[in-house]
Amino acid sequence: MLKVGLIGAGKMGISHLAILGANSRVEIVGVCDTSKIVLDVLNKYSGFNCFTDYIKMVEETRPDAVIVAVPTKFHFVMVKELLVRGIHVFAEKPFCLNPIQSEELVQLAKSKGLVNQVGYHNKFVGTFKEVKKLVKAGYLGKIEHFQGEAYGPVVVKKKGETWRSDPLEGGGCLMDYASHVIDLLIDILDPIVSSKGSILKSIYSKNVDDEVYALVELSSKVNGFLSVNWSDETYRKMSTSVTIIGSKGKIVSDANEFKIYFKTDHVPEGYSMGWNVKYVTDLTSQVDFYLRGEEYSAQLDYFVAAALGTGPNSINTFESACLTDRAISIIKNKAK
Amino acid sequence: MERIIFGDNQFFAVNHISDEKSRAQAIKFKDDSAIIKTLDFARDAGINSFMCTTHNRISKICDIIRSDPKKYQNFQIYPCMPYAHKYANAVTELGITGTLKQYVPGNFFGSLYKGGVAFLSKDFLSIMELLIDAEMKMFRGINTPVIFLQNVITDLLIGLGMTDFLVGFAKHIEKKYNTEAGFITMNLPKLLPMLEKGGIRNPIICASINKINFRMSGGKDLYEKTLKEGKARVIAMQVLGGGSIPPREALEYVSTLPNVESILFGASSKENIDNTVSIIKNFDRLKENKKLTTNHLVSTVQ
Repeated sequence: MLKVGLIGAGKMGISHLAILGANSRVEIVGVCDTSKIVLDVLNKYSGFNCFTDYIKMVEETRPDAVIVAVPTKFHFVMVKELLVRGIHVFAEKPFCLNPIQSEELVQLAKSKGLVNQVGYHNKFVGTFKEVKKLVKAGYLGKIEHFQGEAYGPVVVKKKGETWRSDPLEGGGCLMDYASHVIDLLIDILDPIVSSKGSILKSIYSKNVDDEVYALVELSSKVNGFLSVNWSDETYRKMSTSVTIIGSKGKIVSDANEFKIYFKTDHVPEGYSMGWNVKYVTDLTSQVDFYLRGEEYSAQLDYFVAAALGTGPNSINTFESACLTDRAISIIKNKAK
Repeated sequence: MERIIFGDNQFFAVNHISDEKSRAQAIKFKDDSAIIKTLDFARDAGINSFMCTTHNRISKICDIIRSDPKKYQNFQIYPCMPYAHKYANAVTELGITGTLKQYVPGNFFGSLYKGGVAFLSKDFLSIMELLIDAEMKMFRGINTPVIFLQNVITDLLIGLGMTDFLVGFAKHIEKKYNTEAGFITMNLPKLLPMLEKGGIRNPIICASINKINFRMSGGKDLYEKTLKEGKARVIAMQVLGGGSIPPREALEYVSTLPNVESILFGASSKENIDNTVSIIKNFDRLKENKKLTTNHLVSTVQ
C-alpha cells in the first residue's frame, strides 16, 4: 500500500485524486488546498483528511508520495521541500518556471534516489507511444523535418482572470498548452537547442500569449515547426498532433489516429509499404479505472508502481521535463 | 426501455478514432435541420428513443420537437447531464468557484458564503439539485423516461467515493421528475456495488460494452461476469468500439450477451441507421428462435 498525499485540488488535482482513490494499491492520507468549499466537499463526502498547509499535511500524515497539482510557480519550493523530506513526487506540468529551478530539482531527486515524474500524459497515449517506438527503431530513416501542432478552445473570449492568465504563475499558451507537444517531440526525437524564430501572440488574453509559432532546431540539427493556438474554437477539445518526415517515410499522428507511410517494404510486423492507419483503440491497453482517458490512469499506475518499487521510473522524469522547460525558455527568449 | 436507442455523438463532432471525421461531422451537422433529418431517419427505422447530452444545441432541437407534437407523439428523450466540456472549459478558465458562480442559478451561491459552515455542511446536494434543474429546463414538455448522469461525473464520483451524490442524483430525479435515473460509466464493475450499497437496486447503467475490450475498465471478462449476474438494467454503448469493429461482428457480440436490455448507437446516414437496426433485429430474432427451440427440446425431454 502506498500512502499518497495531494497538494492542489483543482481540475487536474481532483482528477488525480479520483484515479488514485480507485487504485487498490493506494491509500489517500491527505489532501491540501486553499479553497474552503472544495475541502469541505472532499472531507464531508469522501472522508479525506484535509489541510490548508501542505507542510502540516506532510508532517501529520507521513505520505510515501505526494502529487503536486498547484500552479507552476509553487512547484519549485514545494517539490524541493518534499524531496528533502524523502518523499516521492509526481508534479503537474509545466514543471518549473525556468530551467535553472528544474535542474536543481533533477539533481536533488537523483541524489536522494526518489521516484520523480511530471504529468505529461501524452506519453501514455497509445498512438504517440507507437510514433516513438517506430522512430527510435529507425523505420523512418534519417529524420528530415517535423511539425508539432496543438489547437483547442481554452480561451475563446475576453474574460477570466486565473493563474493561467498570469505569466508569472506559469500561465499562457506556450507554458500551459504548447509544453505538451514540445515535450512529446523532444521525447520522440531530440532536445530542442535553439529557435530560429518565435512568435508569441495574444488573441483574447490581456497578459499572456494565446498562440505560439516557432521554428526550432534539435541537437541532431534537424529543424521543425511548432504551431499552437488555445483560442481555436473550431476544436471541441484539445487536439495535439505530430508530423515527422524521414528519408524512408512519414508519420502523421494525433491522440486518436496514427498514420504512417513507408517508402519501401522495410516495415515492422503488422505494417506494409505505403499508407498504414491504426487507431487508439488498437494501440491502447486497458486500465483498471477510467476517467477522461486511459493515459491519465496509466501515468498514475506507472508512478505508483515505481514508488512501490515494482516498476521503472524512466518515463516523464524530472530530467525529461527539464528539457521541456529549457525548450520553453529558448522559444520565449527568441520571441522577445 | 426500448431495445434500440439512438445516440448523439455524431451531431457534436464526438469521434473516438479520428479528428478528421470529427470535423466532417461538425460541418455536416452545422444546421439543426441536418440533425432533425437524421433523427427522422432513425424514427423511420422504428427508433423512438433519443439519448442526448445537455449541449446548448439540444435546446433548439427540443423547440422543434415541441412545435410539432403530432409528429413526435411517440418520441422520447433520455437526457444525459452535464455536457462535460462546457464545465471543463469553464473550470480551466474560471476555476472551480468561478464555474459554480457562473452555472448555479440565482443568488444561491452568494447566500452560501453568508450562511457559514453549518449552512454549507448541509447543502452541497442542494447545489447539485439546482444544477440538475438548470440542465433540465430545455426538456420541459418532452417525455424523458430516464435521466442520465454523464460518465465523466459518474466516474469522478466513483473514484472519490462520493456515493451520496450518486444516490442524491437518483433521488432528486425520482422526486422532482417522477422518472428514473440512469448512470453512464466506463467503470461498470465498480459502479454497481457502490449503487447497491447506497440502496439503489437494479439500476439503469449505460456502459461501454464491445468485442474489443475498448473502455471496459477492469476488462471484458469482469464485464461479462457482471452482466451474467443480472443485477442491473444495462444499456450497451460504444458497441462498435469507436468504429474499429465491423458492424455485423460488433453487433453479434453485444446482441448475444445476457442481460443487455438496450443497445445505444449513433450514425449519420440513413443507410448506416437502417443497416444497424436490421442487424440487431436479425440477431434478436435468432436469439429468440434459439430460446424457443431450447424450451421446446426441454419440454419434449421432460
